[in-house]
Parts: sequence; C-alpha cells; structure tokens
Amino acid sequence: MSDPKVLEAAAVTATAVPGPARTPGTAGSQTKAPAAETVKPPVPSPRVEGVEMRGARILIEALLAEGVETIFGYPGGAILHVYDELARVRDRLKHVLVRHEQGAVHAAEGYARSTGKVGVVMVTSGPGATNCVTGLTNALMDSTPIVCITGQVPTHLIGNDAFQEADVVGITRPCTKHNTLVKDVRELARTVKEAFHIARTGRPGPVVIDLPKDVTAAVTKFNYPDRVDLPSYRPPSEGDPAAVRQAIDMMIRAERPVLYVGGGIVNADAGREIVALSERLNIPTTPTLMGLGGFPSAHPNCLGMLGMHGTYAANMGVSHSDLLIAIGARFDDRVTGRLKDFAPNAKVIHVDVDASSINKNRQVELGIVGDARAVLRQMLRGLDTARLESPPPRADWWRTVRGWATQHPYRYKQRRGQIMPQAVIEELHRLTRGEAIVSSDVGQHQMWVAQYYGFKEPRQWLNSGGLGTMGYGFPAAIGAALAHPDRTVVCVTGDGSFQMCIQELATAVQERVNVKVVIINNNFLGMVRQWQELFYARTYSAVGMERLPDFVKVAEAYHAKGLRATKPDEVRPVLEEGLRTPGLVIMDMAVCQEESVYPMVPAGASLMEMVLDPPEDGEDPEPRELA
Amino acid sequence: MNGTNGLHRHILSILVENRFGELCRIVGLFSGRGYNIDTLCVAPTPDPAFSKIILTTAGSEAIIEQILKQVGKLVRVREVVDLNQVNHVEREMALLIVNTPDPAARQEVLNLVHVFRAKVIDIAPDAITVETTGSQDKVEALLDLVRPLGIRDIVRTGTVAIPRISEVATVRTATGTDAVVNGGVVNDVPEAESAV
Repeated sequence: MSDPKVLEAAAVTATAVPGPARTPGTAGSQTKAPAAETVKPPVPSPRVEGVEMRGARILIEALLAEGVETIFGYPGGAILHVYDELARVRDRLKHVLVRHEQGAVHAAEGYARSTGKVGVVMVTSGPGATNCVTGLTNALMDSTPIVCITGQVPTHLIGNDAFQEADVVGITRPCTKHNTLVKDVRELARTVKEAFHIARTGRPGPVVIDLPKDVTAAVTKFNYPDRVDLPSYRPPSEGDPAAVRQAIDMMIRAERPVLYVGGGIVNADAGREIVALSERLNIPTTPTLMGLGGFPSAHPNCLGMLGMHGTYAANMGVSHSDLLIAIGARFDDRVTGRLKDFAPNAKVIHVDVDASSINKNRQVELGIVGDARAVLRQMLRGLDTARLESPPPRADWWRTVRGWATQHPYRYKQRRGQIMPQAVIEELHRLTRGEAIVSSDVGQHQMWVAQYYGFKEPRQWLNSGGLGTMGYGFPAAIGAALAHPDRTVVCVTGDGSFQMCIQELATAVQERVNVKVVIINNNFLGMVRQWQELFYARTYSAVGMERLPDFVKVAEAYHAKGLRATKPDEVRPVLEEGLRTPGLVIMDMAVCQEESVYPMVPAGASLMEMVLDPPEDGEDPEPRELA
Repeated sequence: MNGTNGLHRHILSILVENRFGELCRIVGLFSGRGYNIDTLCVAPTPDPAFSKIILTTAGSEAIIEQILKQVGKLVRVREVVDLNQVNHVEREMALLIVNTPDPAARQEVLNLVHVFRAKVIDIAPDAITVETTGSQDKVEALLDLVRPLGIRDIVRTGTVAIPRISEVATVRTATGTDAVVNGGVVNDVPEAESAV
C-alpha cells in the first residue's frame, strides 16, 4: 500500500457509482439500473482534441489519455499503421517487444497485478491474436485487468479467409470479460474508453479490441469522451447495508469464525481493511493462493494458505468453523476439496464483487455483492457504531487453532547432500527480507513459494492460480520489473515451466530488466510426477526431462548471467551473487528430484483427509481413487 | 395455462443491446458452462437499440440462479428475468404437414383443427398444412393426436412469453425507465383463448 501508484489505482476503483446492490439470493431477475461513469482519467492535451487524424493515431492518443505508459506487443501486417504512430510517441509510450504474443499478455498481467493498473497488449491479426488466447484466459480466471488490441484484416476482407485472418472476436468471446470489433473509426475512441473502464471496474478482466487495418487508416476528428455510457454495465460498489449489519452481528456472535480471503482483496486494494477487520473481531484468517500477501503471512491472525497444499491449521480451522466469512474468494475446487464436506458446520457469509460467484459452488447463508474494500469499510464503520469495547477473546477457539498450527506447521525432511527446494525458498525469503516481488510458474515450485516465502503485502505475489498456466511466471516477472525498476523481482520457476516461455529471455535482456530467475530444477515435471507417484503406483509417464538444456549456457547465450547450485551449501552464495548482480540472472538449482509437496489434500477428498507427510522411504503410498 | 411439463422448465426473458455478436455471446455462455437451451427466439423490441431473447431452459433452482447471474453479468445485457417467477402468458406456433391419404384422415385432421382452433394454411390431395398457436402443452397435445396419421414435417417457433399486464408495474421502455417486475397479487385473468 506504500506504492503511490497503487493508491492512485485504488482511487479509481473506488469511484464506481453506488446503487442498489443486486440481491445475490434472488433467482427472480437481474436488473441493471442505467448508470453513467464519472471516473476522470487524464485528458489528452487540448491540441489533439477535435483534430482530424487517422484511426491509428486516435488509438495512441486514447491510450495516452488513459495514462498508459507501457505496452507489451509484437507487430505485424494488420497493425502496422498503429506501430507507425507508436514510433512518434516513443518518449511517452514505451513499447516492449516480446518474443511471442503469449509472453506479451503474461507480461501485461505481471505489470497489471503488481501495480493495480490496466496492462496493455498490442498484437497483429491471425496468429498474433490467437497466440494471446492462453494469456487472456489466464487473465480472465485470475481477474486481471488487461486491454488487448488485436489488428484485424481490412473490413472488406473479413470473412474471406484473408491472409492472417482469424475470427478473433469469436475466438476470444469466452476468454474475455468483453470484446469488440471496431468497424467504424468514429467508434474507436469511445471503444477504447469503454474497454479500459470494463477491464478495471467490477471484477477486473481482459478486454479485446479487434481493429481492422482500414479503420486504423480512416480519418476522423479525435474526441476522447470523458464519460462512459454503458447502460447495461453497472459494477457494484457498496454492499446492501442491511446485509452488512447482519454480517457484523453474525461475526460478533460466532464462536469459531474463520476469515477466508482471496484475490479480490488484492484487486480491491483492501489490505489494510481486511487486517483491521481480522484484528477488531479477532478472527483467524486464511488467504487463498491468490490472496497471499493480501493478508500478511506473519500476522498473528494468519493461519497460512488453505486448500490442497494449505496448512493444517487453515484446513482444520475452516473444517471446524461455525462461521466462514469469504471475501473476494470463489470456493475453487483446489480450496474446498470435496465440496459437500467443506466447512460442514459453518454458516457462510460471502462478499464478492461478482454476483455469480455467490451460491455458485457453496450455497451461502448471507451473500453480499460489493467491492471488497467498500464492504469492509462498511463493516468497520458498523463495528464503530456497534460499540464493541474490545475484540471478542474467542479464547477456546484460538487455543485450538494455535494448537493445530504448532502441532503441524509446514515441514520437510532435509535429505543428506541434496538441495531441498523448500530450503531454497526459505533462503530466498531471508535474503530478500520477504520484500521481493515474486512470480512463479505452475507446479511444485509454485506451491513451495506459496508455502515458504511468507508474503508481506498485496501485489507482491504473481502466479497463475485459476488457469494454472505454465509459462506465466517469467514474462509476468518482466512486466513487474518494468513497472518497478527499483524493486527486486524474482521469478521462481521449474525446469518444465521455464521452457514454456523461455524465448522471453531475449525480451528481458533487450529491455535490461532486473529479473532474477530461480529454477527449481528436479529434471521432472514435478507435480505430475508427484501425482503419478501417489495415484498411479509410481508409473512415471512422460514426466522426465532427461535432456534439459544447460540453463547456465542458455543464460550466457542470451547475454545474461547464469549460476548453478548442486549442493546445499552452494544455495546461499548463488542466491547472494544472483540477487546482487544487476540485470537478468538465471540461477539453476539442482534440487532433490523426487521431493513432493506436502501437506496434500488428494483431489476430490475433503480437507479433513489431508495427508501431512510423504510416505516413509520404501513405503508404498496408499493407492487412492482420483477425482 | 402455462407449461407444466417438468418442474424445472424455466422461461427466461433477456433484454440485450442490439449489437453484432451479442446473441453468440449469450448462446456461447450456455454451451460453455454446460447449460441447456431448449428453445430460443430472438426479435427486435420497440426500441431498435435492443433485442429481446426468450429462451427456455431446464435446471435445478441453483442452476437457474447461476444462469441468471452469468447472463446478467454480460456487459451488453440490460436485464434478465425468470418468467417462472411472475405470472405470464406464453405461446408457441407450429406449422405441421399431416398426411391425409384418404378422406377419413382428412376429416379427422379438419376436426382436430377445429377443436384446437388451429388453421389450415395449405392443402394437397394427400396432405394438409396446419398452423397452430398456443402454449407448449397445447402444441404437444395436437401433435400427439395427429401423430398416428403420419406427420410429414414440423417447424416450431419455440416459446415466446410476456408477463401479465398486471405484473408489470413499470414497463421497461429501454429509454431509461426501470422495469420493476411486481411479484405481488395478480388477478387471475382467464386466457382469451382456451386450449381445447
């Protein structure tokens, strides 16, 4: 929250127009009152207002008016007019040339998630656009604000199977929050305005603007609207006051409450408010994978992450709670395990900006549709008037919860002479004082970072939670590093994941970004291997990475620094040197090959059935049914 | 009066901005999330800026709630109403070509047309084309009765439906007036046209 950019973005989110909240529980109707948006971004310099210009320049002026400073993209035929205009504003609008369009979207996601601003992507038609699909889907699942401008073949060729033509609006319809084909240059400025508004408000998400080449060449007067008029789109802000009062009452009266907080806390910049609520009501709090950092890991009320690889205390806490207060979380299957046994004795209060998240997986007792920060502030104000003298002690509950936490903290066995992946993350935490921006890819290393890094604040943790996209981490770190040139940015990745977007090494070097890559290298697709060990009697099928590239030489080939650790006592010096070396550094950590992530709730099992430790050496794991 | 074949059939009325691709977005949402569309009807509204989609679907209350919320979330969807929650009237039109191999069969069809207040809109020596309008139940009832004669072809519009006048406190005009669907007491207005 100390970042002024974050506060600025937060102020924008908070200006959403208040209005009657839609009642989440009613199956009757969903009616939207018309609303005009009053957010005022910086207006372009007066000399361009009303000036005749071609579409390409209108787009650039509109981006400048939105306060965009960085674009991630890749040029091509259909978007060339725009790149021509882009060259003229080089000093004001930085373009980062990625090496694959997927990398552009992930980089924009890292930029967006670490700043709270909208990430901007620009690509050409056809393959340029289709390569964005994974990134867009990722951004949709993790609610990250992205505006992606895709070139399109000229309007008169649309539908003719033209060169580099793809039905991008059709392809991206299910993987965006919204998308639009601009057929008339007079619609362009308004479309850009709406796209940014839609991307950043409500539940944030990706928006695609498909822009035919002739539209970028057509000329009209530039007028950037200062208001958005989207009569059918009205993101909620405050929650229903009566429901908030009821929630406060339930929270005060509960004997064994747990706060379950997700990525919505981060998106709403509600870090301070959630800590305040947890403290004032003295409620044990568990963040989801996406919520890590949203609630400080070292806070005494923090139980650690819940779910498949969550802590014993968090999973037992939720399972034994009598009231579960979910805020900006969506009851994902990796959190709940077997749904019917999730928090079986709890009444549930669910606060979410997306009405469709409420009652989707879990039928709740009280749903509140609203922006997490706005609703939390209502709750805190409500507590002021409730004249709660001091936080409820909940002594028995805390004794039980603390007992679980002490009894079964995260733990691992040090194997002689081998680098333990968990130890690498712990060392990384120590050397960066837990203050780095850390991105991860997907798999075991992701879970180890989540378990052992100990995030302190929101927007510090970038990972692909919903879609689970291998290849996300490295470009996301590049995006974050460009937004935060003064901070340490670390990408913890795996030998499998890193190779999914390894081409972005060239981008990182060309842009001279400070990204430190730590490869948790076990020569395996480790998480898949772990599942094959546990659920397929150690039949390892297509998980071996026998012929990995030499990552140190790869680094050198890209004009970066490469370091390697193969023994436990080399970890610290390698991390120290890597973190100290400016620019891009790859640290290849040859870790224990068959280490697994524990504790673990087998897929489809209940949280109560979590397995705390790996089977002893030589002991066959109990075969389990998969869900 | 209304469709009663199955507790879980719901008629949804969706008011959506009349723009390129919006129908696809709604239909795609249904297929993407595994919801059924049993019938679908799209047509302009008095305000050319909007279209009205009437679709019928089936599902548990929880699924219907999700459908309403997911559709309601779409940026260009102005309003979605579960007409099952309000008193409404529904109609479907069907055109069917029925075999009439002999005069007795022809007479039988004409009798049914009379009873159902249907219409003959085309006729040939060996077949009659019948137009019928009514609730889904009524159309099904007629189909059941003519089926033994041999139906050569059928086309159906799918259901359209509208709330009872007494249910609509404020009529949405798509010019900014709020539609408030009144769930209060409704006069039991008999249908102008009975099924049989």
